Amino acid sequence: MPEKQKFIGRSVPRLEDRPLLTGQGRFAADVSFPGQWHMRVVRSPVAHGNIISVDAAAALALPGVHAVWTYKDVAHIPRIGFRLTRIEGLTPYQQPVLADGVVRYVGEPVAVVFADDPYLAEDAADLVALDIAPLALAVTEPGVVRKAYGDIEAAFRDAHAVVKVELAVGRHSGVPMETRGAVARYDEARDVLEMHGAAKVPHWNRDQIAKMLGRDINSVQLYEGHVGGGFGIRGELYPEDVLVCAAALKFKRPIKWIEDRREHLISANHSRDQVHRVRAAIDAQGRILGIDDEFFHDNGAYMRTHAATVPDLAAAMLPGPYRVPAYRAAGHIRLTHKTPAGTYRAPGRYESTFVRERLMDAIAAKVGIDTVEVRRRNLIGKSAMPYNLGLETLGTHIVYDSGDYALLLDKALQAAGWHKLQAELKMRRAKGEKVGGGVGMFVEKSGLGPFDTVRIDVKRDGRVEVVTGVASIGQGVETVIAQICADTLGVDYQDINVVHGQTDRIAKGMGAFASRVTVMCGEATRLAAVKLREKALQAAAPLMQTNAGALDIVGGEIVRSGGGPSMTLAALAQQVSEGLSAEDTFEAAHMVYPYGVHVAAVKIDAETGGVTIERYVIAYDIGKAVNPKLVEGQIAGGLAQGIGGALFEEFAYDESGEPLSVTFADYLMPTAREVPDISVLISEDAPSPLNPLGLKGAGEGGANPVGAVIASAIDDALQRPGAVTRLPVTPQRLKALMAGR
Amino acid sequence: MKPAPFIRHVPKTLDEAVKILAQVAPQDGRVLAGGQSLVPIMAFRLAKPAHLVDINEIDGLDRIASDGTTLSIGACVRHGAFHKSVVGNPLGALLTFVARHIAHYPIRMRGTFCGSLAHADPSSEWCLTAATLDATIVARSTRGERPIPAREFFAGIMSTALAEDELLAEVRLPLLSPDTKFGFNEFSRRAGDFAMSAALVTYRLQGGKIAEARVGVGGAEPFPRRIAQAEAALNGQPPGDKAFRAAAEAAANAVEAMEDHQTSAEYRRDLVRAVVRRALEHSNR
Ligand SMILES: Cc1cc2nc3c(=O)[nH]c(=O)nc-3n(C[C@H](O)[C@H](O)[C@H](O)COP(=O)(O)OP(=O)(O)OC[C@H]3O[C@@H](n4cnc5c(N)ncnc54)[C@H](O)[C@@H]3O)c2cc1C
Repeated sequence: MPEKQKFIGRSVPRLEDRPLLTGQGRFAADVSFPGQWHMRVVRSPVAHGNIISVDAAAALALPGVHAVWTYKDVAHIPRIGFRLTRIEGLTPYQQPVLADGVVRYVGEPVAVVFADDPYLAEDAADLVALDIAPLALAVTEPGVVRKAYGDIEAAFRDAHAVVKVELAVGRHSGVPMETRGAVARYDEARDVLEMHGAAKVPHWNRDQIAKMLGRDINSVQLYEGHVGGGFGIRGELYPEDVLVCAAALKFKRPIKWIEDRREHLISANHSRDQVHRVRAAIDAQGRILGIDDEFFHDNGAYMRTHAATVPDLAAAMLPGPYRVPAYRAAGHIRLTHKTPAGTYRAPGRYESTFVRERLMDAIAAKVGIDTVEVRRRNLIGKSAMPYNLGLETLGTHIVYDSGDYALLLDKALQAAGWHKLQAELKMRRAKGEKVGGGVGMFVEKSGLGPFDTVRIDVKRDGRVEVVTGVASIGQGVETVIAQICADTLGVDYQDINVVHGQTDRIAKGMGAFASRVTVMCGEATRLAAVKLREKALQAAAPLMQTNAGALDIVGGEIVRSGGGPSMTLAALAQQVSEGLSAEDTFEAAHMVYPYGVHVAAVKIDAETGGVTIERYVIAYDIGKAVNPKLVEGQIAGGLAQGIGGALFEEFAYDESGEPLSVTFADYLMPTAREVPDISVLISEDAPSPLNPLGLKGAGEGGANPVGAVIASAIDDALQRPGAVTRLPVTPQRLKALMAGR
Repeated sequence: MKPAPFIRHVPKTLDEAVKILAQVAPQDGRVLAGGQSLVPIMAFRLAKPAHLVDINEIDGLDRIASDGTTLSIGACVRHGAFHKSVVGNPLGALLTFVARHIAHYPIRMRGTFCGSLAHADPSSEWCLTAATLDATIVARSTRGERPIPAREFFAGIMSTALAEDELLAEVRLPLLSPDTKFGFNEFSRRAGDFAMSAALVTYRLQGGKIAEARVGVGGAEPFPRRIAQAEAALNGQPPGDKAFRAAAEAAANAVEAMEDHQTSAEYRRDLVRAVVRRALEHSNR
């Protein structure tokens, strides 16, 4: 009898790796169709101005250049709509697919050129003459996100003391290794418009493209290939996606657009860029009575698909793991003349964790207790779970589903050898070294609904196909979903194909964002697999001359509990005329809330202001790790990005709105040398009660508190609580801080 | 980020190369060596040369030779050639130590020593080396050979004394006396990045005192140069923290630090102070 194998909880190798490691990967740029034209975007060189004229005559004169489009060619196409968090007042600021007479940021698409090859398209784009009359830079406030509960006035009135800080998080973003790309093709025979190069939210984008171009939803299909990183920014609906589709319809030619890196850095979503003025009312022991935060979110030139999502999440998640009896936040959305912004890994939380944790350090300094103690005194207790925060975000009430925050803090400090580390750092400081340690805590959100549907088929060769409406942006979706299906159904995970990101394979799908896939699609998969298993046993029972209750599926074989003749799933599939398949949907009205602790030790180079991270420990409770290795990968990658935002990455602009970070020589992402070895402790103390496997998402906890923790460690190294008020902490800024200039 | 159209010429001899260069130079014709600076510049269309004279297939340009007083480095010698010492002289060890700080491994396997000098990035380690050690730069054209002292070679940010039709055929570095001590240090935001400041120092010890000190600073001014005030602060002093700090201070005061949107002159001076002191510290190992 085959042996019963369990796959959930094991670090089995990724199913995705074979094609990727053998050069069979198919990224957007790998997709080509005969007769395709290449699209090149002519982008505004000016941050704000009136378009006087766009002269394409010289470009059109080049042999092999077929067309140049400006706003008048696309004036009938509506602006790109909101996917999430619409609030009043934002709609007028949606982005048109080409600038509508006014340019509002450097990099804004003004025209597109279509030519035989990408070199020629770029030559032609260079020849498109733009006459733009510059306008002064302006700031607009189209809306304010407000959240509150409790009696905030009373909290401050009754406070023993009030702690106030002003903090800023710089502008940085996800920079996937694969730039954006889209290849559209119109199949006239079937009247179907295809777009390849989709990612993240193919179904939503499909629906929008259909709507914007006036087509029936079923006549537009999006295809996700391999995706070289998402991080929130890749796969949102951008002007270029719509342009290739519109052009493919108009010219009846496949249209290919592959973004280059310079374009990417000025046109794909930026993120972060918030300034917070926050104050806390506290009692004599440093317990929080209330937090009042007013902040300013620079969203760049337009409101893209995320609308108010980032400031909304910042406001909603700011309280974190602490008891905050009264709370008020006002997030002012500001439109400026920078690249439009959207979500980036731990959107809003990287920012508000920085703010909250800086505030906790400030409270500790105020009442004269250490930074760990102040956190302990304020943590929400295990017995308070589930904990209704009293705030809403992304259309859900925030209810922390489970957690033992104090226990994880203890575990993290123990893993870091905190007390010994403190003593060592102190000794080294006494010898003149500038070294210090920091701790930060946070609650993440994950598993956003409202639903996910999964259909599972057993093929006639015994292989199992799982079709989902989620997407894979490189995180290992296929493996994790296969592991869950394998255990539930009773097959080897390697015998499972997971299909994702194909709108023609499943009618609806929510995609991959908000650390939702493992939770939502995982549970939908489990539900469908339970159904399918039952179906298979029912169908096998008469053939095996027993009842279903006496049967089990083990290693792809249907076996009798007591032994005896068995039958493979393949054999069964061949005999069931209507096929062996099942579909189910998991619906969730609430998110699930993982939580974590980061501990860091840093060393400051007093002469140059450089910072070296000497030690980094991350403890993260995600309820149940389906594949611990993949979780570690998520955490390590998130940490690298968190370090980028803390010390290196910044989209800088000069006073005329000219972007200064347009290449990898100016936009500094940490490399293997800057990212320290890390210790990761994955904990499973608080499984989610909202799904039977106890799953919570793991995508964003590696990044969430990094800015906060590095800042705290730098303060400690300088022995100056509250010294760091702005990210990234560049060497120049740190040197200035040390010199008091 | 696709370059504008260009014609690539592939001469087999140096004579042929300078002949072609003389013809195409007026149309922004340029030499292509390792391509590690030129190709990105072309990809960004910051330069659109109509002609490239690719020197990679000319025999003998990858030659490194020593005649006992001078080390000659041919136009196609890659940075990576210095990963191991190329000459049994302190200069060999110096070049090996410095080479490690240039970019990343794949770039070092393509980029050339001479290309770095011709490109003249203010932060280039090889430009700093040439300036500190008073190299001779040999320019070749159809008009013949022209040796240019390093001190007259650098003219500004990415600007040199090379005429448009001149090919940088070779760089000659003086061998160092066997008792020479050297030290190098640079500061960059990330490993492999261009230095925000770099310092190279050499000196000898005579009766326990520093003699013949050379202190070169790169990355702070439009081109690297020796800082006489720092050298004066060292000569005649015993090596040690006191003299090193004095020299570092002198260097920081002497440089006219560049300023841009991201980096203040004040901070650049801080870095000069740091790298000079550390280079001296490194020399005293
Ligand atoms: C990511 C990255 C990081 C880097 N970091 C560093 C660094 O830390 N330090 C550093 O010094 N460099 C760095 N570089 C640049 C690298 O060292 C280049 O190789 C070097 O600057 C130029 O050498 P090349 O042979 O590649 O020249 P090319 O790119 O081929 O040419 C550069 C310029 O010099 C001219 N030229 C080249 N050879 C000759 C010649 N023989 N005669 C006349 N003109 C010539 C060309 O016409 C062109 O204008 C980096 C490059 C990259 C891409």
